[in-house]
Amino acid sequence: MQELLGILGSFVLFLGTLFLLLGGLGLFRMPDTFTRIQAGTKATTLGTLLTLVGAALIMPAWAIKLFLILVFVMFTNPLSSQYLARAAHRAGIKFRAHTDHLAEDGEDLA
Amino acid sequence: MVDLFLVLSGITVALAFGLALYRFVAGPLAVDRVVAFDTLTIISVTGIVLVALAANRIVYLDVALVYALLSFLGVIVAARYLEGGE
Amino acid sequence: MNMLLIPMALVLAVAMIGSAALALFTSTRITAVLASGLVSLFASVLFLLLAAPDVAMTEAAIGSGLTTFLFVFVLSRIRRESDQ
Repeated sequence: MQELLGILGSFVLFLGTLFLLLGGLGLFRMPDTFTRIQAGTKATTLGTLLTLVGAALIMPAWAIKLFLILVFVMFTNPLSSQYLARAAHRAGIKFRAHTDHLAEDGEDLA
Repeated sequence: MVDLFLVLSGITVALAFGLALYRFVAGPLAVDRVVAFDTLTIISVTGIVLVALAANRIVYLDVALVYALLSFLGVIVAARYLEGGE
Repeated sequence: MNMLLIPMALVLAVAMIGSAALALFTSTRITAVLASGLVSLFASVLFLLLAAPDVAMTEAAIGSGLTTFLFVFVLSRIRRESDQ
């Protein structure tokens, strides 16, 4: 049983680090600040969560502390992503695409 | 089996780390650098969890907990600075 | 275990040197502050690799968290007072 959980956990861990690599690749390749914010925070959040779940499967005794880290990452990282995107929009950074629905709706909704 | 996957995960994390570090060094705008800083912190949290698994010590996870809290503060303050407001 | 830890320490050392050079030679203030925060972040992971978790926690809290926070706070404060 423990062996099986360890193998499953190492697969989940590797999948999480693969998502981290995809986030880093997006950060490297994306043409625009907003798409970079998207790639650099969304994909890495999922990757970190999968890594923590995999570590909890490998070491079931560590599950409580890993769950605490998971809750912190899950609350803070999307929040900082949203805050950064709003700051970039207010600083007047242009989109590469030509549609800007946020500016059309008015700044007070941001 | 678990050790092999730990080494593979370490290589993958190092690749992601290098790509995010490139964006930090080369990023044309300050916002790009803040995003790269955030991403590097998250990747470091994952690296700390990997080190804790490899060394088999639970104490190391406390450092990851401190990181997950403090990087958030730094990014929020930097974003407020970039926003140009108070 | 050494197969994982020694290459990680090498990568971290190179990244520390690179971000310290960036903090010295960049022209914008916020980039210099973030790069110096990054140096202490990598130093803290390096302390963890050298099996000193308490030193790593102090470095993470003071060097990477509090110093970056204080620098950016003071920068925005200086800018606001020079605007008036």
